[in-house]
Amino acid sequence: MRELIVKGVRIDDTFAEAFEMRATALTITADSARWARQAAVTTMGFGTSVIGCGCEAGIDRELTPEETPDGRFGVRVLLFAVSRTELQQQLQNRVGQCVLTSPGSACYAGLHGEETLELGNAVRFFGDGWQISKRFGGRRYWRLPVMDGEFVCEATTGLAKQAVGGGNLLVMGASAGGTLAAAEAAVKAIDAVPDVIMPFPGGIARSGSKVGSKYKARASTNEAYCPTLRGAVNSALDEDVASVLEIVIDGLTREAVAAAMRAGIAAVVRLGPKRGAVRLGAGNYGGKLGPYHFHLKDLRP
Amino acid sequence: MKPLVLTLREQPDQRLDLSSLVPHRLAGQTATEINRLELQTTRRRVNVGDIFRVALGDPQNIRIENSCNRLDLIGQGMADGKILVEGDVGNQVGRLMTGGRLTIKGSAGSWTASGMMGGQIEITDTAGDWLGGPLAGEMAGMRGGVVVVRGNAGARAGDRMRRGTIIVEGNAGHHAGSRMLAGTVIVCRAAGSFPGYLMRRGTIVLGHGCDELSPTFLDCGVHDLVAFRLLAAFISDYSAEAAAVFRNSLRRFAGDMAALGKGEIFCAEGILRRRRGPRRLRS
Repeated sequence: MRELIVKGVRIDDTFAEAFEMRATALTITADSARWARQAAVTTMGFGTSVIGCGCEAGIDRELTPEETPDGRFGVRVLLFAVSRTELQQQLQNRVGQCVLTSPGSACYAGLHGEETLELGNAVRFFGDGWQISKRFGGRRYWRLPVMDGEFVCEATTGLAKQAVGGGNLLVMGASAGGTLAAAEAAVKAIDAVPDVIMPFPGGIARSGSKVGSKYKARASTNEAYCPTLRGAVNSALDEDVASVLEIVIDGLTREAVAAAMRAGIAAVVRLGPKRGAVRLGAGNYGGKLGPYHFHLKDLRP
Repeated sequence: MKPLVLTLREQPDQRLDLSSLVPHRLAGQTATEINRLELQTTRRRVNVGDIFRVALGDPQNIRIENSCNRLDLIGQGMADGKILVEGDVGNQVGRLMTGGRLTIKGSAGSWTASGMMGGQIEITDTAGDWLGGPLAGEMAGMRGGVVVVRGNAGARAGDRMRRGTIIVEGNAGHHAGSRMLAGTVIVCRAAGSFPGYLMRRGTIVLGHGCDELSPTFLDCGVHDLVAFRLLAAFISDYSAEAAAVFRNSLRRFAGDMAALGKGEIFCAEGILRRRRGPRRLRS
């Protein structure tokens, strides 16, 4: 399977298998950068995997006051789910519980498209009849009276139907420290790529899973990549791999996911095998389940 | 391409209906056809050619020169393109307009932008009474678009307004925003008596207060709202003066409690303006 070595890092001849998802984006603003970040972090909280969280969420990037509708500091959050219905439910719950409640916050569409999801239209009822709709510049906003003034929320946000979820990189190193350093370098590089998120803690997952289980569970540990089981199972790991970390990438478009994986691979290669990872791989299901295949050899630096 | 220019030869001896001179209705018409269009409002027939000197050009870009206040219904039902009028105009300018841009370099009469649904109107001087308002028997006034009056506006600006934005850079007359259903009226200077009279919903912003406020508006305190920032950002494209009203915190009055009471008046300073001379209703 291995055939490519770039600057000492072995790159598997394999591919990441990704799926079609429904996605949306929010622009969350507040009076200060600290509170815009807080509202965004709370909104994306418990949003690592659709398996247990309903959606995958993360921060795309921070926005300067010039980039936001109300001229305050903002953060763009992306949310991904398996269906439009699920995404709508998650959006409504998260905006209602996490953005509405956050001091000084306001929430706007982070994406404009032909198809829309209800944003302010879904949370306006919190206003209990005191909510006010304002429409100007082709956009409609809801103003809800709250205890620190008003919560302003755009009526709708865009829906991306061609979003891609499950782009990934498996970072394999000779030590836990080196593997984490390589994964962190990849996360930092991918952070700069627009329209993508890495939903797991700090962008990194240490418990890569396979589909199915001997128990009644939808997913279970991927033993082929567990270093402590290397001798006991049909392992995918070489003798020099002591730790594996996965970076999962969701993007609004296929191109965004490819750009993110390219940036991640380049960062791991740049760090090199001595300080970082010795090998890079990707997770797939044999290519039969997901329509998007990101081959590492096409994305190498 | 050069604009289509209509120059008024002389003051007409009757009021004229110019509603046929809008871009989408002039498109594809020959000079002869345009010259034959009828404009009269009495039994005495007046054609375009009788009263205007016509220089053919792009019908999407119409210029009316040497205009006077007897020319009514300019830009009625206008859907696209541009009309620029040099001089004063009559009543119901831009009535039921749905798109495009209408500029009046002068003063406009009553019912300017009446029932307007979209597009943009700019009046460089004053506008008469019932700016954006409905004609008798109509349920709603302005339903969309943006109107900017650089001078003063008459009484009942924004009457029965349902949606859209009216900006008056000067003063407004009495009963500004009366019977509003929704929408936004911004008066950069002061309004006359009883702004927001019987308004149900909607927003009125007064830069320098009004002559008299109805007791059915209730003081809700001074606030600095995020909505001001959105509104200021939107209207700064049309009027820097109106955007400047939102630089400070504004006092909110909720009303009109004699009607539904979901409307609001925002005021930059004390709600009552300092008056000079005897009190009187402004028009």
